[in-house]
Amino acid sequence: MKRFLTAVTLALALTACGTDSDPLAPSTGTSGAAGGAVTVGSANFPESQLLAEIYSQALEAKGVKVTRKFNIGAREVYLKALQDGSISLLPEYNGALLASLSTGGVPEGVSSPADVLAALKKVLPAGTEVLEQSAAEDKDTLTVTAETATKNNLKSIEDLKAVAPTLVAGAGPEFAERHQGLKGLESVYGVKFKEFKPLDAGGPLTVNALKDGDIQVANIFSTDSSIVANKFVVLEDPKNLFLSQNIIPLLRSEANNPTVTGALNGVSAKLTTENLTSYLAQVQVDKKDITVVAKAFLTENGLAS
Amino acid sequence: MNLSYLTDPAHWDLSAPGGIPQLILSHLGYTALALLLGVIIALPVGLYIGHTGKGSFIAINAGNAGRSLPTLGLLMLMVTLLGLGLLPVLIALTVLVIPPILTSAYAGMRTLDHRVVDAARGMGMRSWQVLTRVELPMALPVLMSGFRNAALQVVATATVAAAVGLGGLGRLLIDGLAVNDYSRVLAGAVVVAGLAVLVDLFLALIQRWIVSPGLKGS
Repeated sequence: MKRFLTAVTLALALTACGTDSDPLAPSTGTSGAAGGAVTVGSANFPESQLLAEIYSQALEAKGVKVTRKFNIGAREVYLKALQDGSISLLPEYNGALLASLSTGGVPEGVSSPADVLAALKKVLPAGTEVLEQSAAEDKDTLTVTAETATKNNLKSIEDLKAVAPTLVAGAGPEFAERHQGLKGLESVYGVKFKEFKPLDAGGPLTVNALKDGDIQVANIFSTDSSIVANKFVVLEDPKNLFLSQNIIPLLRSEANNPTVTGALNGVSAKLTTENLTSYLAQVQVDKKDITVVAKAFLTENGLAS
Repeated sequence: MNLSYLTDPAHWDLSAPGGIPQLILSHLGYTALALLLGVIIALPVGLYIGHTGKGSFIAINAGNAGRSLPTLGLLMLMVTLLGLGLLPVLIALTVLVIPPILTSAYAGMRTLDHRVVDAARGMGMRSWQVLTRVELPMALPVLMSGFRNAALQVVATATVAAAVGLGGLGRLLIDGLAVNDYSRVLAGAVVVAGLAVLVDLFLALIQRWIVSPGLKGS
């Protein structure tokens, strides 16, 4: 695998050399000193920090110098930091990024990963770009306990339609008023719950309420470690009601070069919602250090030795 | 200042489940229940301590400890222990009600004119009669101020019920914040403040009505 990736990187590097008309431009070969240091930033929550550390170590494995500036804050803050150049790369979520960049919100029809990526590329700030998005998503889900799922034979949100009038749903208060919430569930799937309890957005209140049976259907984020820990069942969303939230590297164009692209695309190719959930659980549940977990991810997926 | 949410007549529909009148009603419901529970627990204890003078140490310290508990923290703890529902909210709010009622009952009884109590005993009143006919009516002004204090605090704090999925005027604050609708947050704040003033005025009227005319001159 490693040899294959090196080959891909080399091929990309050669392609770049071929199209590069300026022979004095910084070398973008596999020499290791590829394009100077990359400053990796992250948002202020564990998943973003873990992903940023994975990116950092993947880059370091390819000989790129990395400076870490993690735990910056919310999107408003770190996007400014990216635009003013104090950071040059960070892990993002395609749907949430699109929503924050498009004035008036995301159009209701745009929700599949491909549509979101296409729309996102049109609204990216000047001087920034995204690379390939991963299959891993941290998105809104409707989640039930294993018991509820077997009792009512639930696999997807479509199966909820018949039993929803007997079930209580819980989510953050905003869920009641969003299209990607009760409104869309009713108009897209015809699902109408007996009652809605406004709790917190995928937080401990909602998770505990689901565990205790105070609610039967919960809006939890797809990489939440409580899903694995409690054997919750995530209902499929065949009609793509919930905006996709694929993890995608967002970076300044000047920081990009074939080595960086190769390293990050290699990470994106390996990331899935399942493996991200389990690695994130190592951070959140087992309280392991993110550098250790990131290293484990890269070695177990053949991205670093 | 955007008052559009507050002034929209659609939000004042009496029968709408999320409308302001329904929220006021549930808000007053939590307030009344918490006050009732608080009075049932704190009043007898406060009166007993004041009447006998025994255990004033407990009254003062329990009162102060109760005041220092953050209601939201206590509520979250209760929800973790008991699950969702009305009970955790009632416990958290009742803990808020107890200190002012306990200390005012105690203080009201302690600051009585002892010559009057002695005179009542001298007239042959039993301990129970002294309590209900002399001490309690004379302690009423202080007691009522403690009760009004408690009511004000609960009206303002019952908004936390919305944080754990219940109703009340906190819904306007929490839902408004969740969807960046500041007009709704403002409406919630204004209605809570207005409600607190109205509740206090109402209790002031009751106080005027039940306190003996003989005590008002002083």
